[in-house]
Amino acid sequence: MSVALHEEHAHDPAHIRKVAMWVFLGSECLLFGTLISTFLLYRTRTGSGPTAADVFDIPFTSVSSFILLMSSLTMVLAHHSSVRKDYRQMRLWLVATALLGVTFLAGQVFEFTEFVHEGLTVTTSPFGSSFFVLTSFHGAHVAVGVLMLLVTALMSFTGKWRPDAGMDVELVGLYWHFVDIVWIVIFTVVYLLQV
Amino acid sequence: MTETAHHRGMWRWLTTTDHKKIGILYGITAMGFFVVGGIEALFIRLQLATPNGEILSADAYNQLFTMHATTMVFLVVMPAAAALTNYFLPILIGARDVAFPRLNAFSYWVFVAGGLFLTVSFFVGGAPDGGWFGYAPLSTQVTEVVRMDYWALGLQVLGLASVLSSVNFITTVFTMRAPGMSLMRMPVFAWMATVVSFLLLFSLPIITIGLLQVFLDRNLGTGFYSAASGGDPVLWQHLFWLFGHPEVYVLILPAMGIVSEVLPTFSRKPLFGRSFVIFSGIAIGFMGFGVWAHHMFTAGLGPVAEAAFSLTTMFIAVPTGVKIFNWLGTIWGGSIRLKTPMLFSLGFIFLFVIGGLSGVTHSIVPSDAQQHDTYYVVAHFHYVLFGGAVFGIFSGLYYWWPKVTGKLLNERIGRLHFWLMFIGMNLTFAPMHILGLNGMPRRTYRYAEGLGLDLWNLVATIGSFTIAASLLVFFWNWYRTAKHGQPAGDDPWDGRTLEWSISSPPPEHNFDVIPVVHSEDDFWHRKYTENEAGHAVTVTAVPSAPAAEGPIHLPSPSYYPALASSGIFVLLLGLVYLPWGLIAVGAGAVVTMWGLFGWSMEPLTREDHG
Amino acid sequence: MAQQRPHPRPRDYWVVALILAVITAAEVSVTYIDFLDAAVAPMLLVMAAAKFAIVVGWFMHLRFDAPMYRRLFLIGVIAAPILFAAVLFSFGVLIG
Ligand code: HEM
Ligand SMILES: [Cu+2]
Repeated sequence: MSVALHEEHAHDPAHIRKVAMWVFLGSECLLFGTLISTFLLYRTRTGSGPTAADVFDIPFTSVSSFILLMSSLTMVLAHHSSVRKDYRQMRLWLVATALLGVTFLAGQVFEFTEFVHEGLTVTTSPFGSSFFVLTSFHGAHVAVGVLMLLVTALMSFTGKWRPDAGMDVELVGLYWHFVDIVWIVIFTVVYLLQV
Repeated sequence: MTETAHHRGMWRWLTTTDHKKIGILYGITAMGFFVVGGIEALFIRLQLATPNGEILSADAYNQLFTMHATTMVFLVVMPAAAALTNYFLPILIGARDVAFPRLNAFSYWVFVAGGLFLTVSFFVGGAPDGGWFGYAPLSTQVTEVVRMDYWALGLQVLGLASVLSSVNFITTVFTMRAPGMSLMRMPVFAWMATVVSFLLLFSLPIITIGLLQVFLDRNLGTGFYSAASGGDPVLWQHLFWLFGHPEVYVLILPAMGIVSEVLPTFSRKPLFGRSFVIFSGIAIGFMGFGVWAHHMFTAGLGPVAEAAFSLTTMFIAVPTGVKIFNWLGTIWGGSIRLKTPMLFSLGFIFLFVIGGLSGVTHSIVPSDAQQHDTYYVVAHFHYVLFGGAVFGIFSGLYYWWPKVTGKLLNERIGRLHFWLMFIGMNLTFAPMHILGLNGMPRRTYRYAEGLGLDLWNLVATIGSFTIAASLLVFFWNWYRTAKHGQPAGDDPWDGRTLEWSISSPPPEHNFDVIPVVHSEDDFWHRKYTENEAGHAVTVTAVPSAPAAEGPIHLPSPSYYPALASSGIFVLLLGLVYLPWGLIAVGAGAVVTMWGLFGWSMEPLTREDHG
Repeated sequence: MAQQRPHPRPRDYWVVALILAVITAAEVSVTYIDFLDAAVAPMLLVMAAAKFAIVVGWFMHLRFDAPMYRRLFLIGVIAAPILFAAVLFSFGVLIG
């Protein structure tokens, strides 16, 4: 944050937007921090409903977590292609990332239906409330990310392709990776540690 | 297109992305809500003027005290600070605008949507009535159907607006400063605005989740705060005050920044211990996150937590005290001019010290157990909020008014305004210390005769009308100045910072040539040097002719931010009236998406059009 | 753009992904090993932190980009656990 650094970057739009994105992501940490600690407070308050050990299916969640983790690889490859101005490749990786994201979401939908069948809903107990609200809040972030990925891929076909658009892929990427690292924490704290 | 001039004028404001216009919009909106919140307060004081007041029902009283606090905190002090920050932060650091001008406009319009949404509730079956702190289970019980839904959703979007503008301001400060404007050379007001942005950035997400949980408890039947299903209402208190205490510094730090600009100017001395003022501001920001549980000393946290938070609360008074001494040191030995901005700043110091001291008395747990939920606390926070934040903001208004409008507010009327407000403020809130120590509880709509509370309540009510009168005086000054105020010139106060180096009102692009900054208080040093005796001497040399610059890129106006936020308004209304409201939720979402999409497709600057 | 170090290349990314996969496999495995008992929780936390740091450092380029990004982001990353540890502590969750 020295003067030199500042002047070097002066009014580089890519830099400005990245600063904003990192600031925003710092704020998001507190958002998920609140949700996760609510869960931690309520993790054993299951009332007469099922407990974490009753419903969680670790092998299944491990696979879907792994899928989301790998979507970070495809994302960073998309960014790399956009830096090299290889937009065909970039689109492929973007769509691949979106598909992995959709697969993760489908897994979440499946998991939720299973849990409901086993008697855990959002109203069953504070455990149920905090689990469902945390994971679906994260799911909503994934869904927004998928939307942004697809729009970015589509936009790259149109004439609206701005010279600094390579940055847009980078910004979407930062968001996407962030959603991934939040899940890394959730997977450990909410799933693995509770069974 | 054949539009009337008037229409075009409206349209210009609706689509503006100029940080100065947005600042003015924030200011006028805040002033409007100040009147609303003030009228609510006058009703409260009328009801309490005498024992067994008959003017309000208990139900109406609950709505009024809830909305009074909510309005004053979120719709008056915060946007008033946002107004000054929007207008002056870019100029103070030598920039032509904020980093994201359309995001800035969006923040404003989202704020308007949230403010209107909260206020609309009065007309559709009653305003929120569970207190500005919305304690569960009062806020989560569903007997009153929708009132606290308005509160939970309204605060939610106001928070969104603040987070977005915080991201914007922080990015602006870290990337848009003029050459030579190192962080330590930034004016103190810019520094405090930065600290406030960080406080909002990290505290608002916490309350966002809390409010979401309240909303879901009410509408989806979740059990976050329902003790009956195993939830814990104390969690809400933690989440609220984790946000709430940083929030009180969000309210006071801008005022501290203003005072730190005004005192040096009117004492004709640099700010004493400038870096201490900045660092204690940062320290307050950090420590502000470590004291929240002092609002929960009667919730049964246990001795360890209580002792810890008692200590941190005492410690946070230290950086606050440092600032007070710096301000006194600034005035000391200066050639003081008692213009209205200076009066308000001096009033600020005096009143804020009183409020700070009563705050420290709260930090002692056994003592607080007596004071908690009494009028003593009401006295404390009005000394810091009214005597502190509001006086600071008025100081800023009188100080910067000539820069914004090109005309000086009348000094004599200004002095009348100050003294009426100062006397009214003390008449209203000083007696509340006594009332509280005599055991008068907060948030009750009536008190019985013969408890020894009558006299001081009457005095407080008289005081509140004195404050109202002082505000009328201010509006009169505003009106008179607009009609026949004297032109201010570029530098009416012999100022020290960059805003005084440009015309009043400033040109749309702020600076013809981006200034190169060589020192703190750069503009002062362009005007004066010191002789051997240490006295200021006017610089006679004419500054060299400005170098030519490339074309200036100004952000183009856009109606998409306002459009997107109108969608948010509809969406919120829909959420209150579930399940039928889902239709409105859908419609609102579509409009919002349309606005955001159109926005992201738009060219960024005017030049791009041609 | 001021970059502290040259950005990695695709091969590096694949290697990083491989490491992440291995750690994930290890995470899942330790939950099935009974005799680890009380050691499981700290092991899991360390591994999650490692994955977190790897994704942030390599995929989000924080290792290679301007230090300003790192500083801004770290405030949130550090503040969140500290604040909420205090809250949970006051409920007796972290010690009970
Ligand atoms: C020296 C600094 C300060 C200290 C030590 C302090 C301490 C406290 C304490 C311990 C309470 C809780 C009292 C109770 O409910 O029993 C309190 C309440 C309050 N303080 Fe302060 N305070 C300080 C400065 C401020 C400032 C600068 C503001 C705002 C600009 C502020 C606004 C409030 C408000 C609004 C409440 C009441 C909240 C409510 O219950 O609705 N305080 N303060
Ligand atoms: Cu406090």
